[in-house]
Amino acid sequence: MDFSLTDEQNKLRQEVRDFLDQKLKSGAFQITSNGWIESFSQDFSREMSRKGWIGMTWPKEFGGQEGTYLDRAILMEEMLRYQAPIGYHFLSDRQVGPAIIHFGSKDQKETILPKIINAEVSFALGFSEPDAGSDLVSVRTSATEEGDHYIINGQKVWTTGAHRADYIWTLVRTDPNAAKKHKGLSEFIIDLKSPGVTVRPIINMAGVHSFNEVFFDNVKVPKENMVGEKNRGFYQIMAQMDYERAGLERLMQNYPLFEYLVEYVKKEKRNGEPMCKDPKVRNTLAQLEIEYQIGRLFCYQVAWTLTQGRLPNYEAALCKAYCTQFEKRLSDAATRILGLYGQLMPGSKWAPFQGDAASSYLWSVSYTLQGGTVEVLKNIIAMRGLGLPLG
Amino acid sequence: MDFGLNEEQEILKKTAHNFLTKECPTSFVKETIKDEKGYSPELWQKMAELGWMGLIFPEQYGGMEGSFLDLAILLEEMGNVCLPGPFFSTVILGGLPILKGGSDKQKEDFLPSIVEGKSIITLAITEPCAKYTPNGIEVRATKSDKGYILEGTKLFVPDAHIANHIIVVARTTEGTGADGITLFIVDSKTTGISCSPLLTIAGDKQFEVVFDKVSVSKDNILGAIDNGWSVIEAIWPKVIVAKCAEMVGGAQKSLEMTVNYAKERKQFGRPIGALQAVQHYCADMVSDVDACRYITYMAAWTISKELPAIKEASMAKAWCSDAFKRVTANGQQVHGAIGFTEEHDLHLYYKNAKSWELLFGDRDVHCEIVAEQMGL
Ligand SMILES: Cc1cc2nc3c(=O)[nH]c(=O)nc-3n(C[C@H](O)[C@H](O)[C@H](O)COP(=O)(O)OP(=O)(O)OC[C@H]3O[C@@H](n4cnc5c(N)ncnc54)[C@H](O)[C@@H]3O)c2cc1C
Repeated sequence: MDFSLTDEQNKLRQEVRDFLDQKLKSGAFQITSNGWIESFSQDFSREMSRKGWIGMTWPKEFGGQEGTYLDRAILMEEMLRYQAPIGYHFLSDRQVGPAIIHFGSKDQKETILPKIINAEVSFALGFSEPDAGSDLVSVRTSATEEGDHYIINGQKVWTTGAHRADYIWTLVRTDPNAAKKHKGLSEFIIDLKSPGVTVRPIINMAGVHSFNEVFFDNVKVPKENMVGEKNRGFYQIMAQMDYERAGLERLMQNYPLFEYLVEYVKKEKRNGEPMCKDPKVRNTLAQLEIEYQIGRLFCYQVAWTLTQGRLPNYEAALCKAYCTQFEKRLSDAATRILGLYGQLMPGSKWAPFQGDAASSYLWSVSYTLQGGTVEVLKNIIAMRGLGLPLG
Repeated sequence: MDFGLNEEQEILKKTAHNFLTKECPTSFVKETIKDEKGYSPELWQKMAELGWMGLIFPEQYGGMEGSFLDLAILLEEMGNVCLPGPFFSTVILGGLPILKGGSDKQKEDFLPSIVEGKSIITLAITEPCAKYTPNGIEVRATKSDKGYILEGTKLFVPDAHIANHIIVVARTTEGTGADGITLFIVDSKTTGISCSPLLTIAGDKQFEVVFDKVSVSKDNILGAIDNGWSVIEAIWPKVIVAKCAEMVGGAQKSLEMTVNYAKERKQFGRPIGALQAVQHYCADMVSDVDACRYITYMAAWTISKELPAIKEASMAKAWCSDAFKRVTANGQQVHGAIGFTEEHDLHLYYKNAKSWELLFGDRDVHCEIVAEQMGL
């Protein structure tokens, strides 16, 4: 056992910090919860690209650095600590690129991977549909073969960033007659500027336009945009899930709030005493610190397992379930410690920390839903991890 | 980073697991708890022969000079089978203060006999006010012609009835702070010492130990006069994390028992483990158990590296205190009424979880330490 990082890993962390400190000073971004995914800056992503921080774990032949998953965890931990604006490349880097490396054609690898690494394209993920949430195999959006094209019809929903991205990575039905529903699905890359695509905003309960509905009305997609094998799309997605699930982004979406709170209670006074002398405040923050450190160990355990060349079994699902519930407790505790100030939203006069507590309390509803709900994750832990019988 | 065990540690874990599964079945645990002695001298000797009592002591005293991490691995296996007896008292509460604060002669006198399984030692620290802080130490040691006279009552002293020696934490100089506290290694047969057993929730042996004008010599002082607390402070993270390691083992076993039961027990024509409510209890349990393991081993590793570990130790104890309890409570719920019987084994873990939560400070006590360490 060893819970320390190597000199090179510490050097990497320092390098990332120095870069982010300098960017922060130059006003490139502000530290606010959810900023890491909500802030969308191709310029910033290009600078990350020049540093070699996109495609960090990818093989060299595809322009990657062949860094370890631990390196990437360190990079991400710092990006999230600062909430650096990485929304432009985050999904392509974490998910789209690795999926293409695993399942893509030679041509896809040659054309798309360099564009991702150089921050020249941005992707959104189009899995969920109105009738296919947790039950993803119920996807109905269809792709019908027609000459050298497929014709796409249907609707995606909750598509984060579709209003800003260039492409949408989709799961669609290619065989409506397959005996088993999950055997008739395929993955496609669709240009969001194609005729017949309509992106309609959805305003979330935090008042932000973050996700969308995406409609496909006879959208023509070249055949070579299918990724991997026809009708194997569901299996391909499942194989990718464990890479996606347990990043530090599931623990640190509202992390700045925590650091802010710890400083706040040291400065702020109630009844003439610093708030941090209040036993309840001390107890709450200490408990959060312990829970945070455990979440961090869970994330690093998964990164370590991947670095060893092994796939985590139930650990990735467990990590995400635990971490997102922590984020919820953090935002609730923050609003209560701030008291009446805890209700003040971004932009309000008197709002502490730019209204981050109130806003994060609203956002936190989504943390335990997106990318697999806590309940679905617990099903996975129970059945795959503990071998309990199918429910 | 490396979350795995090395080869020797894997072997230690496996050996300990196999040995204890064979030598310490739950039937043995239940008998031993009811027995007045509370341990088996035969098993004690076998453990000594395996080198366990000497695992972390230097070779010059017959020990194996293993790391604290090794000890944690062994303790996890002990907690896994609810091993009754004075291992924790002797090695952790007795041996560590002697190793830390003892003179060469004291180390020579006590450590080899601990290692050989010939000596049982315990620590008398808590008193009726039930605190682990210097202001909880009121037992007096007053200077006399021959040395010191001990006077007062210690409470919750583990294994005092079988201990050959008791390390007594006493006040040599008036006050409430850490200054003025001195440790004495006292022969338990010294005139004036009397022990009365307490009835504890987990059936482990704890005692009221009354010191009625007990005369001890200067040679019995462990460490420096008036500066005994520094020894306690130095070993305390180890004490706490050692207990957490036992909790990890207990939590792991509770989880396994529960998952196995959920696979076997049928209601409505299928295993209850197919019911989602039951599955989610089990998922919560494994999450708690894994968390106990990582936070405890991070603390144990920190101690092994001789880095400051006050915060790590308290994080581990705060978490394990709640989590082990939660795991056993969920386990009971999944077992239904059978788990509520004395015949079943689950209650051993449920009881240990409560007992060990209270020992050395619960979540609130340790959250306060973490808060301090966070600069609050
Ligand atoms: C902020 C946000 C961003 C998102 N971004 C994207 C995106 O970019 N791309 C995309 O494709 N999707 C995205 N999603 C969608 C997300 O993946 C789905 O919300 C999620 O999979 C759950 O589906 P649902 O909302 O339809 O809920 P449902 O599946 O209808 O679930 C409702 C409730 O039922 C429970 N439930 C359902 N099935 C089970 C079961 N088998 N066992 C136990 N309980 C069950 C759920 O846990 C939940 O509590 C996003 C969602 C949010 C909130």
